Amino acid sequence: MTGKLLEIDGLEVHFTTRRGVVRAVRGVSLSIGKGEALGLVGESGSGKSVTAQAAMGLVHAPGEIVGGDIRWKGKSLLGPRGQALSRKIRGRKVSIVFQDAMTSLNPLFTCGQQIAEVLRHHMGMNRKQARARALELLELVDISAPQQRLDQFPFEMSGGMRQRVMIAMALTCEPELLIADEPTTALDVNIQAQILELLQDLQQRLGLSIIMITHDLGVVAGICDRVAVMYGGRIVEQARVDEIFARPGHPYTMGLLRSTPRIDGGDERMTSIAGSPPDLLVPQSGCAFAERCPVAQNECATDIRLKEISEHRQVACHFPFEGPWSRNAREAGGRDGA
Amino acid sequence: MAPDQQLDVGEPLVRVEDLTIRFPGGRAGFWGQTELEVHAVDGISFEIAPGETLGLVGESGSGKTTTGRAVLRRAPIRSGRIHFGGRDITDLAGKAKRALSRHMQLIFQDPYASLNPRMRILDLVAEPLIVHGLAENREEAVEEVKELLRRVGLPPNAFERFPHAFSGGQRQRVVIARALALKPQFIVADEPVSALDVSIRAQVVNLLQDLQGEFGLTYLFIAHDLSVVQHVSDRIAIMYAGKLIEIGPANRIYRRPKHPYTEALLSAVPVPDPAVQRRRKRIVYKDEPPNPIFPPKGCRFAKRCPLVSLQCKNVEPPLEAKSPGHFAACWHKH
Repeated sequence: MTGKLLEIDGLEVHFTTRRGVVRAVRGVSLSIGKGEALGLVGESGSGKSVTAQAAMGLVHAPGEIVGGDIRWKGKSLLGPRGQALSRKIRGRKVSIVFQDAMTSLNPLFTCGQQIAEVLRHHMGMNRKQARARALELLELVDISAPQQRLDQFPFEMSGGMRQRVMIAMALTCEPELLIADEPTTALDVNIQAQILELLQDLQQRLGLSIIMITHDLGVVAGICDRVAVMYGGRIVEQARVDEIFARPGHPYTMGLLRSTPRIDGGDERMTSIAGSPPDLLVPQSGCAFAERCPVAQNECATDIRLKEISEHRQVACHFPFEGPWSRNAREAGGRDGA
Repeated sequence: MAPDQQLDVGEPLVRVEDLTIRFPGGRAGFWGQTELEVHAVDGISFEIAPGETLGLVGESGSGKTTTGRAVLRRAPIRSGRIHFGGRDITDLAGKAKRALSRHMQLIFQDPYASLNPRMRILDLVAEPLIVHGLAENREEAVEEVKELLRRVGLPPNAFERFPHAFSGGQRQRVVIARALALKPQFIVADEPVSALDVSIRAQVVNLLQDLQGEFGLTYLFIAHDLSVVQHVSDRIAIMYAGKLIEIGPANRIYRRPKHPYTEALLSAVPVPDPAVQRRRKRIVYKDEPPNPIFPPKGCRFAKRCPLVSLQCKNVEPPLEAKSPGHFAACWHKH
């Protein structure tokens, strides 16, 4: 394998709880190349965050990686042999930005101290060098009055600024891959747009690869090259961003697209997906989406793997859609959604 | 229903006049002699017609939730009047104030926090009936509760279970059933779908719309998600730093915004379509919203506005009609 930064191969993550084993991630495989932006889309409980945490080595008890492999440039990060490499890569070459900046930052230290700490620990800088570099980083993320921010505590800043500090901190060790786990969900629309523009800008300037985890298809449409849609711990569809929006193959992807209201859309009734997401405590056989699927048939009770239906395009469905689609479920065919 | 016609027809259900709300904002000066105040809501007026949905939009801290609560008399009102069904309810107190909640109800954002985990669904939904003397005890309310749960699309055996047995979307249905128990005319829905997943969000929005048709409800729909608001509302009101800056029919606000802030806000909403999204250009406005303790004397958006002039900085623009039924507070856009 060449050109791939991070590869996740058949990843399985289980959480042991009092009520039984939650199979949160059930054989997820994905990879990301240099300079690429991958969108990981799914609802809560679909396993998207756990997949990212596994990639960062952040799955702790009661969670456990029970199967599969995670490779950095072809070398495994798991198990005793991967541990040395893992310590070198994670936090340095791969870093993560979480959703809630307020709980991710330490309220007792100034932002400058927190960024400097990473620099001193990872890069072996002294206090003065670290502070100078921290200032550079704050400038890089385009924060207003960076000099003052260095000595401010997280509570003195707005949500958008805190998220910028988080991004600055994630960039301290000049990572090659940035995982952004719902980085804009808690923010206002305008701030969200600013943060997304910042990420896009950083991607271009620093040649960064980004994994963008989100439930918002609008966010994905703006910045990602490729999209993987997750449902019930599995990837159900993976394709280039234009393809997925123009010709969704999996009924779940289609359902998601239909139930996302558009600001430039009309005021017709919203289309919803009936039912609710699967209970991950229950062992699944067959397609996890079958019970909510409008086109489910008997074959859907048998297991289905992600398979290539055309180049760069994989769908895990016995009866994938083809051709253009319409936002309105009642008028079959009709308008092209693209 | 054409919303602009609705406004002319008869009496509005809710009328808010010059509503101002202040919260204590600490002390300053020599020995803390000066009491500071947070200008949460500053002189806003609007009306809601019976059967209408008014969407209320704004960023965090703009005063939208406070306004929603004030309409229900659940926030301290500094000045201004609130009329409900033709009656001035601003100074109601005691029993009369409590009786109000038979007619107006509130739905919150977080269905996990708004249901007591130790109460069965039956008790939760029956509580308002018992409080208002419509049922002696919960046994008497069982039939009523079952009917309500059926209406909101919950399984028939739901009433004997506890909230933990339900998902977020189902819990929000319980919250809606409880709000409907007293057969109110008016519901303030404060971010009712923000905490829900995309596929569930559509279910709840559709339910709210169905119930509106069935019971003739009037909604004040508070949200920060413009695409959902655009979808459910007849008219939209936009707040910025405690001021109402634009109000008008939903489609016209979207197609022809008359305030630079609205324009910028709309341009920042991501569209789930890569082709469209790449072509769109966001209108950039930097800086921060004004300090709510010391609001500027002119237009509150002046510091961030691309059209700013001297007039904007010194004189506050009034909310004026830009086209029939469409009002905005801007000196420069017409």
